[in-house]
Amino acid sequence: MSANRTINRICGALGDHVLKLERKSERRAYIEIAPETVFEASSVMFREIGARLQIATGIDTPAGIEVMYHWALDGDDCVVTVRTLLSRTKPELESIAKMYPAAEWIEREIWELLGVAFDGHPDMRHLLLDDSWPAGNYPMRRNHG
Amino acid sequence: MAKRTIVPIGPYHALQEEPEFFKLHVEGETVVHLDIELGYNHRGIEKLSESKDFEETVFLVERICGICSTSHPIACVQAAEDAGEIEVPERALFIRSVVGELERIHSHLLWLGLAGHFLGFNTIWMWAWRFREDVLNILELITGNRNHYGMMKPGGVRRDINDTDIPAIRTLLEGLQDPIKMFRDAVLEDPLIHARTRGIGILSLEQAVAYGALGPTARASGYDIDVRRDHPHAAYGMVEWDVITTQNGDVFDKAVVRILEMFESIRIIEQCLHQLLIVRGPVDSDPPFIPPGEGVGHYEAPRGEVFHYIRSDGSNRPVRHKVRAPSFMNVPTNRETVLGETVADATIILAAVDPCYCCTERMAVALNSPGGERLWGAQDLIRMSCEKTWKLMDETGLCGPRPPVFDD
Repeated sequence: MSANRTINRICGALGDHVLKLERKSERRAYIEIAPETVFEASSVMFREIGARLQIATGIDTPAGIEVMYHWALDGDDCVVTVRTLLSRTKPELESIAKMYPAAEWIEREIWELLGVAFDGHPDMRHLLLDDSWPAGNYPMRRNHG
Repeated sequence: MAKRTIVPIGPYHALQEEPEFFKLHVEGETVVHLDIELGYNHRGIEKLSESKDFEETVFLVERICGICSTSHPIACVQAAEDAGEIEVPERALFIRSVVGELERIHSHLLWLGLAGHFLGFNTIWMWAWRFREDVLNILELITGNRNHYGMMKPGGVRRDINDTDIPAIRTLLEGLQDPIKMFRDAVLEDPLIHARTRGIGILSLEQAVAYGALGPTARASGYDIDVRRDHPHAAYGMVEWDVITTQNGDVFDKAVVRILEMFESIRIIEQCLHQLLIVRGPVDSDPPFIPPGEGVGHYEAPRGEVFHYIRSDGSNRPVRHKVRAPSFMNVPTNRETVLGETVADATIILAAVDPCYCCTERMAVALNSPGGERLWGAQDLIRMSCEKTWKLMDETGLCGPRPPVFDD
């Protein structure tokens, strides 16, 4: 099965949620979605497509806080990155860890390092930083001046 | 209801070379819950990487782990190459796989030794580490180092493998076949190992998928994933080899997967060496810079997929470099595998995912190269050890039984 067919299936299942699709190469695709559709999109990727969550990456950009979910399509030799952009004033996402335990630790990490709140996370607490780390201080945030 | 007690393993513990905190909640002798705490050795590598140029990041990520010290670099350079759409010469791809597979063999032997040690089977420990030395010797021959090889760079590798070294590499590899067969038979046929590992610490296929388990931890549960086959990179799409999977998900199967994988690694290396005698040309495309963009690199490390994401803004440094080691996904599976098991079995269960430990120290033996004469032999080291003890005794005024005077 080719990656194109699977990516068409993903886009078909996500419908209007896809804000932008970029096929960087045969083996890479980047899909941009709105923050409120992240749980639904992740559910499609994990449950319908059978993709494997490799990890999520958070990055503080001048436009806002970007969160990327990297999904491996192991049968199609392709990595699909589903990304979303959050406002810096109140970055929030619905947790996907409640459906997919693989995301549990990385959501904790993105919360403590970048300050993204994950609604519905089953066990939200510090992962890498000490419990006494000052609240509201996120070391991977940047001063974009 | 039985009284619940917490048995702490860590964060700093005599049995662990690295800090990590496993809180075993037990009722009687049975583990009923596991809480894992990380962060006791957080080094801020991702942030550090933003201050390095693209070639320096490779050296930085090489130091994430002393065992998978070529897996992170391969994933890292592949991410940069993906971001910059950089071509890699074919010869370099074979060299990457040779170094990567040698690393897999020495890592699996390291684990096998530790597993034997945890089970109280110290003979396996001694033998596995003895033959691991031969693998490290091959790596030293090829790269100049036993660990931290400094071989990878965006666009290729830093050093070629000389044709004149290939016969010696083949001889050393051939010498590994019988020892690995011995380990295979020792594990498959030893009643003690069966008793301690079969049916112990089971990770089901459903759990492996749900936790995103990787590498031998996943493959031992019948989760048939291997980045080398599923997302071909380096030379893996150009040689014949098999992905090893088993079905039971217990400690025994995790050991079997690792042992059988070593034979596959030897197969891969032999084919790559053969190709290196045929495929000529440069080993580095020497890209001048990484253009703006983003890229993903992943590589099947001995413990499973290593994942790197790099974003470039066209400067000489990444604006973001995300690193995910396989243990990040594998360690949480312990929460399932230790449940209902005894405290005594918890050590081997926790060790069965092969959590990453750094082991790069070694003894130096200086050789007088023209004459081949040993300047420091084992006897000299024993004498030095005795002398150090006597010195400490004199300094502290403590005088227990004095080690015997060393006799040449």
